[in-house]
Amino acid sequence: MSTSMRITQRRTPKISSLMWGALALFVAALWAFPVYWMLNSALLPNVTLQSSTPTFIPFGGSLDNFVAVTASGTFFSALGVSLTVTSITVVCCLSFAFLGALAISRFRFRGRKGFILALLLVQMLPAEGLFIAQYRMMANANLLNSVLGISILYIAAVVPFTIWMLRGFVTGIPVELEEAAMVDGLTRTQAFLRITFPLLAPGLVASGVYAFLQAWNEFTIALVVMTSDTSKTVPLWLRGFMQSSATRETDWGQVMAASTLVSVPVIIFFLLVQGRMSSGLVGGAVKG
Amino acid sequence: MTAVQTQPEATPDSAQGTRSPHRARRRLSAPYILLIPSVAVLVAAMGYPLIWQVITSLQEFGLAQQFGQPPKFVGLQNYTQLLFDSYTWAVVARSLTFCLVCAGATMAIGIALALLMKRVHKLIRNILQTALLLAWAMPLVAAMTVWIWLFDWRRSVVNWVLTEAGLNFQGYNWLAAPLTFYVVAAIIVTWMSVPFVAFSVYAGFSQVSEEVLEAAQMDGATGLQRLLHITIPMIRPVLAIVLLLQVIWDLRVFAQIKMLQDVGSVPSETNLLGTYIYQLGTGSGDFGMSSAVSIFMLVLTLAVSWLYVRRMIREDEAT
Repeated sequence: MSTSMRITQRRTPKISSLMWGALALFVAALWAFPVYWMLNSALLPNVTLQSSTPTFIPFGGSLDNFVAVTASGTFFSALGVSLTVTSITVVCCLSFAFLGALAISRFRFRGRKGFILALLLVQMLPAEGLFIAQYRMMANANLLNSVLGISILYIAAVVPFTIWMLRGFVTGIPVELEEAAMVDGLTRTQAFLRITFPLLAPGLVASGVYAFLQAWNEFTIALVVMTSDTSKTVPLWLRGFMQSSATRETDWGQVMAASTLVSVPVIIFFLLVQGRMSSGLVGGAVKG
Repeated sequence: MTAVQTQPEATPDSAQGTRSPHRARRRLSAPYILLIPSVAVLVAAMGYPLIWQVITSLQEFGLAQQFGQPPKFVGLQNYTQLLFDSYTWAVVARSLTFCLVCAGATMAIGIALALLMKRVHKLIRNILQTALLLAWAMPLVAAMTVWIWLFDWRRSVVNWVLTEAGLNFQGYNWLAAPLTFYVVAAIIVTWMSVPFVAFSVYAGFSQVSEEVLEAAQMDGATGLQRLLHITIPMIRPVLAIVLLLQVIWDLRVFAQIKMLQDVGSVPSETNLLGTYIYQLGTGSGDFGMSSAVSIFMLVLTLAVSWLYVRRMIREDEAT
């Protein structure tokens, strides 16, 4: 009896673990399907996509759609705008946030708690709650459709969380290291630059990628303040590309190729910082 | 002897002594100086518009004012007008319902997937995690174009699959009626937000000690009992923070709704708070009213955010 019990005990977990495994694979397929479908459609010619039965594997596919998308020229103009805006945002955010993180993690000063509180609250403000006012402000300052204007809005939107993220890294480096260097005769600034700064590199990279992703993907503010055709950022261009082809018969192959072009760099960068970003959002609630 | 020894050091010491009050003052102002750039950009890009918005929400500021007529102070008239406008209430009710349905579905599926990750073999877990990461990493606008294509009424995969399954969905236009419009929007928003919940909760599981779970198992607790009475209470801080974030994020689903509306549905029937403000501000040019709705939305989000921030600070002090 004991042997038969042991056998059933061993077999049931096996069957159920197979079931759970199958379920997990099914869910994985479900979640990855839109991404797969984007790549699949991007490789297929429009004739195939217009048939009433979908083609699930891109046999005989080609890169024609990608060629067509990039040939239109508007893609590169949008790419230029996005690259400029994103670079300005990343550089400014990193330097501002670096100083800010230093202030709140290495100094105890009056108003520190209030500042942290304000940072976390501001970071949660929805863009839709302010964008009409920001639009007016930009219009009054003649900064509509300008790279500078939208960069200022992006820096303000991204810098709070960047400070919060970097602060975690700065706190993680013991002050004792700096103090030891100061005992050895370095000034506080020297100690910081030579000892702490190099150790912060991973934090700066993670925060930089975070700022990059935010600025690169942003849609809402851009929609409001970048209204002219020549000042479109990549997300706005993609939306416009889909709309312009929607008036005729939508060329989904090209739209998906365009989406792929926009997504691939983002996915690569995202995979680099994913862990850091989510642990920043849930704070000390998840350790390790 | 001590006197002799300290003597040579006295000179640098006293030199530092004369410098120290100056140094101390510099140290005191240092954090404020470090904060100047961040505070300046926040004041310029958020503080100023916020103040303008508060003032404008108390003014009549429509198309006439945009063409140069000075705005008229009307007190709380915009707000009372909103209060007695049934359409505003419809939009608010829709937004809250949409937010709660999406946040609820996201939490339930996210927790279920986190449990599933714990259950399955490492190889399968990696496959599942990679799939979730792909969905999470997709840029919003690109993801929206793909979903619009997936639900395209002429030849979408979704309609094809449903038709093959025996239901007649040939040529069915999901985005035409408000209800199915919201179903599609909710599916998309949930698809986008589940990975974050699943990963955060899964990370939370790693804090639950195996010994406690084993002890409970030896005492005869079933898997469900262990989950409800040990695991869930132990990861409550994570669950609370993740839920609050979902509520905040699902209240502001602008881009998703806007892009679905673009494809061809009646905006007035499908507006949520974000798109309503957008329509008031850019479409009708009624800055007074759109400011009032914006303020309402900000207050609503801040109320929920406040709970989140309080938790974050508590968790932060605990570490």
